[in-house]
Amino acid sequence: MLTIKNLHASIEGTPILKGINLEVKPGEVHAIMGPNGSGKSTLASVLAGREEYEVTEGEVSFKGKNLLELSPEDRAREGVFLAFQYPVEIPGVSSTNFLRTAVNQVREYRGLEALDAVKFLSIMKEKMKLVEIDQKLLSRSLNEGFSGGEKKRNEIFQMAMLEPTLSILDETDSGLDIDALRIVSNGVNQLKSSENATIVVTHYQRLLDYIVPDFVHVLYNGKIVKSGTKELALELEEKGYDWIKEEADAASV
Amino acid sequence: MTTIIKNKATDLFLENNPNFSTFENLRKNGLEFLEAKGLPHLKEEEYKFTQISKKIEQNISSFKGAKRSELTSENLKSNLFEGFEGDVVVFNNGHFDAELSSISAQNYSFSKLSETQPDLLGQIAKNEKDPFTALNSLAFEDGIHISVEKGKKVEKPIFLIHFNKANEGQIINSRILIEIAENAEVTFIENTVSLDEEVYFSNAVVEIKVNQNAHGYYYRLQNENRKAIGANNFATDIHRDATFTSVATQLQGDMLRNNLTLNLLDSGCEGNMYGLYLLNGKTHVDNHTNVDHTKPHCDSNELYKGVLADSSRGVFNGKIFVRQDAQKTNAFQQNNNILMSEDAIVNTKPQLEIWADDVKCSHGCTTGQLEDEALFYLQARGIGKEHAKGLLLYAFAGEVFEHIAYEPFKEYCIQLVQERLGSNF
Repeated sequence: MLTIKNLHASIEGTPILKGINLEVKPGEVHAIMGPNGSGKSTLASVLAGREEYEVTEGEVSFKGKNLLELSPEDRAREGVFLAFQYPVEIPGVSSTNFLRTAVNQVREYRGLEALDAVKFLSIMKEKMKLVEIDQKLLSRSLNEGFSGGEKKRNEIFQMAMLEPTLSILDETDSGLDIDALRIVSNGVNQLKSSENATIVVTHYQRLLDYIVPDFVHVLYNGKIVKSGTKELALELEEKGYDWIKEEADAASV
Repeated sequence: MTTIIKNKATDLFLENNPNFSTFENLRKNGLEFLEAKGLPHLKEEEYKFTQISKKIEQNISSFKGAKRSELTSENLKSNLFEGFEGDVVVFNNGHFDAELSSISAQNYSFSKLSETQPDLLGQIAKNEKDPFTALNSLAFEDGIHISVEKGKKVEKPIFLIHFNKANEGQIINSRILIEIAENAEVTFIENTVSLDEEVYFSNAVVEIKVNQNAHGYYYRLQNENRKAIGANNFATDIHRDATFTSVATQLQGDMLRNNLTLNLLDSGCEGNMYGLYLLNGKTHVDNHTNVDHTKPHCDSNELYKGVLADSSRGVFNGKIFVRQDAQKTNAFQQNNNILMSEDAIVNTKPQLEIWADDVKCSHGCTTGQLEDEALFYLQARGIGKEHAKGLLLYAFAGEVFEHIAYEPFKEYCIQLVQERLGSNF
């Protein structure tokens, strides 16, 4: 589904990603972990098409297409979804209108008919249950005045509405209390299928108790320095990142 | 400019104006002022960003007052918006058009200024306050006078619609005087329509007196042709416990200057000024607002927003004057701008003069670009970039229309703005 080969990216001339290789197949959950500043969020941003990052080398193919050539909106329409680490507050744009516009533009791209208001609302109601989100919240401006937990739930709710094939959760767990974490993870798990895949970018092993990964990758200094199964995450939780850093630094000398 | 006034204007106005002697004092006073000071020149503080005199000099060949041009009911029909019900007052090049107007005069009286010759004329928009007011006083042929009856509400809005088309670059002089009696209430809608794409100079004066405990709402739209030059002086005297709300929208023109003055003359009154200028091409719009708090316990609220694309230019100058007597004043002002291109310019200036010590006043202005992060967020959800920009700009601009209480006109403005944002951004 997703193949990343030797991906290098920089921001304002500073290299952040220095040769990422990753293969994600349908039905898989990949966790990307690593210390602060290792490039985790940059990887998520580059995949979603954030313009500040410049890809200097390498390639990314998604369902056979060159992902890097697509605009952010076309990536979303192709089925890439980024749950933002910091969802943006947009005063004056109602959550419901925004989502209906998004869903219909995605549907149009995929050759599907636009949903009318009634149909849209009924789907919305159904998906709202997934993340236990309140209708009142959705009648307000997008993310405006939402608590941290509400914003993250809204991200997963949007994901449910857009039905992506590849979801990238960028530190969705950061700042969530246990209840919110449970709700968010529950939503993600229910959306999992044999056809879609999830990349979970996180700093904390805690999230992986709820969303169980098939693979765990450790990113350090712009590269994946270690890959393994969920046991690797437990090991990291126990021992921290220092031993990985030492190993990696020793290898690069 | 002074020479132009002396050589061209005086003679022409004297010769051609059938009502010249009717308002002789007002006209003489205007002429004296113009002869002494002329039209504003570049170094004048009030006009330093808007070189309208130069614009007029370059584009207006004749200082004759414009005569009526051809106008049909079709013109009117195509400019009435959906859902509108109410009286319509039609102006043809500044002249009242009785045939096309429909005036029920339900709960108000309507007449030409020449019929009533009110002493109030020129007392609210004073000649000495602005040279274009003086020019209008000198040049207008006739105008209209509306008086809303005491304690009555004019149930449906009164639509003032100006059709402008001046061949040979003549001047269009419209003059409107409105009195809202005690405890009365009325809503006005004003729209200026260009009948062709040619240049004209419209020099309009509107004076409104809002008497004790009366309420006035005035919604204006300026969506003129790309060559239109306009000077608009709009002044309001607001008396005890009365409220007045102005919502002004400017979408197109060549150079438009709007002076909006609210005089809060007694305690307990409220003045609101909202505005949106959504500009592209080379349109230049200058909004000078002025609120004068003279007595205690009055509120004023002001919000002007601008979206400027291409090489358009916006000027906002918001003056708040709080006199020594005006304790317990609440005066709020906000001006926010989004620049869509590197060639767009905005000059914004809050101007607060506060002589009372127990007041709440605040002002703020911002000028920026669309937020990249917000744009990316919408794109990352599958919304096309241009559409996303439109959504964000509308979210920014639409706030102004929340202050239009008459739904059909609000919808009409929203529709115009959305069309613009869909096609241009």
